[in-house]
Amino acid sequence: MLTALGIKSGAVPEAAATVIWQIRGPRILGAMLVGAALASAGGAYQGLFRNPLVSPDILGVSSGAALGAVLGIFLSLPVLGIEAMSFAGGLAAVALVYAVASAVTGRDTVLLLVLTGVVIGALLASGVALLKYLADPQNQLPAITFWLLGSLASFNREDLAVLAPTVLLALVPLALLRWRLDVMSLGDEEATALGVDVRLVRGAVVAGATLMTAAAVAVSGIVGWVGLLVPHLARLLVGPAFARLLPMTVVLGAAFLLAVDTAARMIGAVEIPLGVLTAIIGTPLFLFLLARGRRAAW
Amino acid sequence: MVSAGLAVEALSFGYGHAIGEGVSFALAPGEVLCLLGPNGGGKTTLLKTVLGLIRALAGRVRVNDEDIAAWSPRRRALAFGYVPQSAPGQFSFTVAEMVLMGRSAHRGAFAAPSEHDRTVADAALAALGIAALAERDWLRVSGGERQLALIARALAQEPRILVLDEPTANLDFGNQVRVLAELKKLAGRGLAVVFATHHPEQAFACADRVALLHEGRLNLVGAPAEIITPETMRRVYGVEVDVVPVGDGRVKVCLPHSWR
Repeated sequence: MLTALGIKSGAVPEAAATVIWQIRGPRILGAMLVGAALASAGGAYQGLFRNPLVSPDILGVSSGAALGAVLGIFLSLPVLGIEAMSFAGGLAAVALVYAVASAVTGRDTVLLLVLTGVVIGALLASGVALLKYLADPQNQLPAITFWLLGSLASFNREDLAVLAPTVLLALVPLALLRWRLDVMSLGDEEATALGVDVRLVRGAVVAGATLMTAAAVAVSGIVGWVGLLVPHLARLLVGPAFARLLPMTVVLGAAFLLAVDTAARMIGAVEIPLGVLTAIIGTPLFLFLLARGRRAAW
Repeated sequence: MVSAGLAVEALSFGYGHAIGEGVSFALAPGEVLCLLGPNGGGKTTLLKTVLGLIRALAGRVRVNDEDIAAWSPRRRALAFGYVPQSAPGQFSFTVAEMVLMGRSAHRGAFAAPSEHDRTVADAALAALGIAALAERDWLRVSGGERQLALIARALAQEPRILVLDEPTANLDFGNQVRVLAELKKLAGRGLAVVFATHHPEQAFACADRVALLHEGRLNLVGAPAEIITPETMRRVYGVEVDVVPVGDGRVKVCLPHSWR
């Protein structure tokens, strides 16, 4: 990408090259990948759960990732260990929610999933609270707090090497099932009557969206609003059909989080936590969309 | 028995406990069956059970003499077109996009709609006289227009059997007449049609047979003139009516005594 912009590594001083290749470059790509992942997962979930107010953590992926990361910090694991715990925690939380909801035989699977997600999310949050209470207030508690606020400050090439292929892989089921996702937004009964195997499609989409969200959260911490707000903006631009919505959420999500992360770095003398800034920008933007008329927004 | 398009045999249906039992009827290609019954009588549940959207508690459904219990949703969707009671949904798809979703069963899970799919969907819109609505927002069209579009979507499915749940419920008088005429036309092209309604007269307008679902039983199945009588209307709906012949007497209307 940089060579395409006419920048050759030989033409810049050694220090600048290091900054570009080791620090800024990975962070830029990281911000774009995290934004694209959260936004496209949010767009897929909003269709799947027939609700434009759903965000990617509806099934507990963020709570699980948070508990994993906080446990990693509590056990004084190295950074890579904390990220691995977080990733595993996110996947495990959604797997648990999915297993519980599937074990209960009821009429409305979607409602069951969402309710189970809320309940298990609350349980995991209490686990996070307990670990914060038990953590060493000198070293561990600040680290936990910073993690929960979200940041890409320590994002490096190793993170990129894991995040990029994971997000791209997780995008595959969403891209393949883009036409089926439109039908899923009509509800299970109508989708079934139109010939869609709702359990298979839902399983594949949840797997993809969870994988990319867990990978994103593991490297960035909790970054809210992107997965809720960006799909709304994308839907305003290209409508709800997922074949157009998916590429638009990827592009907008990447651009949005890159802009916010750049602002987080540059606004103050100290870097502002990413999750705080997305909320500060996201809230008024969302209220503006609401004020523009409920239906126009989705 | 004749090789029927659709055969329902001793079907028990309901969510958990049976609200209807021993329901049997058969429908040949080209026939229209009108399903009547009071509110909450289980018409919708019966139709959904026939479609396989709700598991049957007992009995079976056959299409061309084949038990469909083990059919995949896709195979069912190629046999049955379903027009649900209209609900607005959440997202602003265009009417054309919504009708195009009727083609889902005709292609693989990963495939985009083909040119043929779009042609069939457009033809279905045109058949219902709503081609002009194609680019309109699904959330902003009227309930009646949405109902017509749902019928168009079921036509785009190119099914052998069409199942409609109160297809005229949201329609103005003109559109009610048009939809019933359309059902008759579709039966003429070889489709088997089942529709639920609250208006007994509609049976005379387009149905070959009427089925009265009362207290969980389908005791009365037969030609409209045999089934829709003052006695049955009193028994099922609890109102006193005259069933009055109109014109040559083939069509009748139900006139409540209280209106006289």
